[in-house]
Amino acid sequence: MKAYDYHKPHTVKEAIDIMGGLENAKYIAGGTDVMVLLRQGKINPANLVSLRNVAEISRIDTQNGIRIGAGVTHTQIANNEFIREHYSALADGAGVVGSKQIRNVATIGGNICNAAPSADTACPLLVLDAEAVIAGKSGERQVPVDDFIVGPSQVALEKGELVTGFVIPAFGDRTGSAYIKHARRLAMDLPILGIAVRATVKIGGAQAACRDAFKLTDVSDIVKRLEAEGLVLEDVRVAMSVVAPRPVRARKAEEAAKGKTISEKVLEELGEIAASESKPRDSFRGEAWYRRDMVKVLTKRALLKSIERMTGASSMVAPSRLW
Amino acid sequence: MKKEITFTLNNEEVIVEVDPKWTLIHLLREVLELTGTKEGCGVGECGACTVIVDGEAVNSCLYPVMEVEGKTVATIEGVALPDGTLHPIQQAFIENNGVQCGYCTSGMIMSAKALLDKKSDPTEDEIRTGISGNICRCTGYVQIVESIQLAAERMKK
Repeated sequence: MKAYDYHKPHTVKEAIDIMGGLENAKYIAGGTDVMVLLRQGKINPANLVSLRNVAEISRIDTQNGIRIGAGVTHTQIANNEFIREHYSALADGAGVVGSKQIRNVATIGGNICNAAPSADTACPLLVLDAEAVIAGKSGERQVPVDDFIVGPSQVALEKGELVTGFVIPAFGDRTGSAYIKHARRLAMDLPILGIAVRATVKIGGAQAACRDAFKLTDVSDIVKRLEAEGLVLEDVRVAMSVVAPRPVRARKAEEAAKGKTISEKVLEELGEIAASESKPRDSFRGEAWYRRDMVKVLTKRALLKSIERMTGASSMVAPSRLW
Repeated sequence: MKKEITFTLNNEEVIVEVDPKWTLIHLLREVLELTGTKEGCGVGECGACTVIVDGEAVNSCLYPVMEVEGKTVATIEGVALPDGTLHPIQQAFIENNGVQCGYCTSGMIMSAKALLDKKSDPTEDEIRTGISGNICRCTGYVQIVESIQLAAERMKK
């Protein structure tokens, strides 16, 4: 490993200034990706600019939705009660990244800027309409995460810029969300497939009846009960990872869901459409046909999980049963 | 390009000259000769190198040494009492056959300690999550989980 110098700025401005004056420099946050790349010799920077001591990007601010600093760790997100309740999909995603040790230091900004096709916080941010806040020499700008992630290891950052945080709007109490990571092991494994869903619904009948529906054991019985209560999918977001070079939204499925009353048939259709929008490849983790099939299964499960949470049936973040 | 850093290591203040490119495990093993912390994969996959920094379990192989400045680090060497009395977690691992080849053990014990320091009465799920970043290729984890449960019981008393 080549020698490098290590810089420790304390403010965003200082970080940008230091970066601007250096040749061959790289930002480092939690370091769980950067340190591995260094060791493997895949990157050889002469300077690392650490963002770990920048207090202003390590906060969670819950006014008008939420603003999560880029330096907030996955552990902090997964344990945050407000995020668990209002942005459950993100707590799900943050809680399944790597291992305990990784989550204790790895940051959400790093997870997104590393832009792996399998990033566990990416799909949740996509369905939550999150925007990345980017700071640079000329000031601050905001870009939807959907436009920010370009491709594998590629994000829309200009030279010297850095992500300072993510802003997510408030969705109100008729919205629920969930992320399901489909992997062989529960820890230290990348997903075969990741699916996030956010659903904003309108209930014709009683919310309590919908909540009680989730006490049933058979999924088709649950769906029938919800259908009987006239549960309408007002606004749905679906995002998929590991089915394309970058995490993507299933826009046709989202469009098709709009205004539909929930039913087994509607759920099947949404899964089919989302699967038709996926372009998975064969890899040692899973074959393309399998991934495509699982898109159908997990889209349905994540949607039902979102509704379950919205009704208040379950405040658990980890899916308590296999939807 | 050496720089001086100060931090607390196993309750003692340490001032040491480091090269900015070192990782924490390099400092611990190669310079301070605290070889109880093991290096397995070197890329954060196996957890053998787990130490506790400011109360959180971390992979010391991924931890830039420059970030240790001002922090409090606990390694396996500081777990037993100075008179040699073993920590309840260590004692439970011995009694419960939580150790076979021993390579993962330092890391397992540090992960378990980070967990029990925060939560004295963890569920089995919480224990399994707590050691989810530690790979053991011998025991199959059952004895390890039971060791941590036994330690938790004893530590409550």
